[in-house]
Amino acid sequence: MSSGLDGLYQEVIMDHSRRPHGHGLKDGAAAESHQINPTCGDEITLRVHAGEGGIASISWEGHGCAISQASASLLSDLIVDLDEAAVRERIAAFRELMRSRGELEGDDELLGDAIVLGGVSRNVARDKCAMLAWVALEDALQRVP
Amino acid sequence: MSTTEQQATTDAMTLAEVERLRADFPILGERVNGHPLVYLDSGATSQRPKRVMDAERDFAEHRNSAVHRGAHTLAAEATELFENARATVARFIGARENEVVWTSNATEALNLVAYSFSNASLGRGGADAERFRLGDGDEIVVTEMEHHANLIPWQELAARTGATLRVIGLSDDGTLRMDEAAAIIGERTRLVCFTHVSNVLGTINPVEQLVALARAVGAFVVLDACQSVPHRAIDVAALDVDFAAFSGHKMLGPTGVGVLYGRAELLAAMPPFLTGGSMITTVTLEKAEYLPPPQRFEAGTQRVSQAVALAAAVDYLSEVGIDRIHRWEAALGQRLVEGLERVPGVRVLGPASGVDRAGLASFVFEGVHAHDVGQYLDDLGIAVRVGHHCAQPLHRRFGVTASSRASAYLYTTPEEVDAFLDGVRGVGSFFGVGR
Repeated sequence: MSSGLDGLYQEVIMDHSRRPHGHGLKDGAAAESHQINPTCGDEITLRVHAGEGGIASISWEGHGCAISQASASLLSDLIVDLDEAAVRERIAAFRELMRSRGELEGDDELLGDAIVLGGVSRNVARDKCAMLAWVALEDALQRVP
Repeated sequence: MSTTEQQATTDAMTLAEVERLRADFPILGERVNGHPLVYLDSGATSQRPKRVMDAERDFAEHRNSAVHRGAHTLAAEATELFENARATVARFIGARENEVVWTSNATEALNLVAYSFSNASLGRGGADAERFRLGDGDEIVVTEMEHHANLIPWQELAARTGATLRVIGLSDDGTLRMDEAAAIIGERTRLVCFTHVSNVLGTINPVEQLVALARAVGAFVVLDACQSVPHRAIDVAALDVDFAAFSGHKMLGPTGVGVLYGRAELLAAMPPFLTGGSMITTVTLEKAEYLPPPQRFEAGTQRVSQAVALAAAVDYLSEVGIDRIHRWEAALGQRLVEGLERVPGVRVLGPASGVDRAGLASFVFEGVHAHDVGQYLDDLGIAVRVGHHCAQPLHRRFGVTASSRASAYLYTTPEEVDAFLDGVRGVGSFFGVGR
């Protein structure tokens, strides 16, 4: 198998897609967003749970490819007790990484393990898969009262 | 061996012949991700033989000019080529020349019919077009297996006119529920719109029976022929459909050109869809008189080089023989389905092997998303379609959001099908499922 495929489906990604974190919607959401990837019909429902000073956690439910599931899982690990500005900073960093066509390595201070998804940005057909959960989070933030 | 048998043997396409034909398609020599390209996505877009590309280039280099206007030599030659192309396509489907309308693609062809009916419903087209008027109490019948292109235009037409959309459901084996068809198609039915061959399931629909049901109640029949005209002999007159739509790029032709077949007497009574230049006789500041069909439905500058190239594609298909192509692909389709049925974890959508079906197969790999299947195969140089194939309701019917589809054409070899099947067998272990 070429390094291309292994680069895309790294062990971390496969682990997260098989046993996703944050999966299963929790009660008591400050806001919720439902997003669809129109090219494949994949969807996600993502909830934002408020805590002291900002976002305590997210929870989500959906179905999709290994990339989209792993991305939602990695995002769940990242969004723990952050203020809104910090969440937005992470979304922006991830979007920049996804648009980099493989040129950026990603800031692990901001993105943690989610930088493993950087390889996806080389594949123009798949960056939307990786972005789905992040777009849902961005949309949910707008909806927080 | 009897004479007939000898005839049949020589008639069938052989691997040697297909290998020769493949040399006509430059793209089939490409390598993808370090592997020879195995192109199994002809159901989405077919590849073009050099001759088709040459026809388009030759037109641009030697004949390019506007058609149906201008008195200079090039304009006359361009017009002749454009109209000859129409005649070539008409002959190919058993239509008359004035029954072939050029469109951008099949989607536009279907929208043309829907919008013409819509305009008639607003009173356009006068008394001649009264038969196309829809309103409260009228029904438009579609099927659950339609491509969005043969679904949404009818949803919209129903919404605009007050008509009701009725849907013929599917059996688990991917065939139409003909009992439902018989129950749904009734005196309120004005239009029956269905696909000849399902782009996802490979199901070949019983056109004759559906036409008979529609005729019995005086309804119009619209056939989505996108997956049939490129792959099997079609005679629209014999099928007795009122309209048929198909796309050039699925039959060795270029993108940007499609065809609407319409029965002459219907087209002659229908109000136009797009309006503007090239489709009029007399224009005043208040109103316009329209040309007879097909020009009435060809407003604005036409896709001339594409039409000329599509005719070259039709000539190519005719020279190989569309019946021979059909038989070659039917065998490949069976090989695909039989092979997929033997892979653990794979569920084939549509009729089982042994049943007459098109040269394509869609499948779901349990536990692996279609995009991941497609990505894995792509790494092996194998091009398949993944997603909902513009048929979300169909996928919902079978409890999935997406599937993977391999589709063959005259240049597809059994070896390519086998390479694909080998690839599919590797999916389970790579993604850690099905063991």
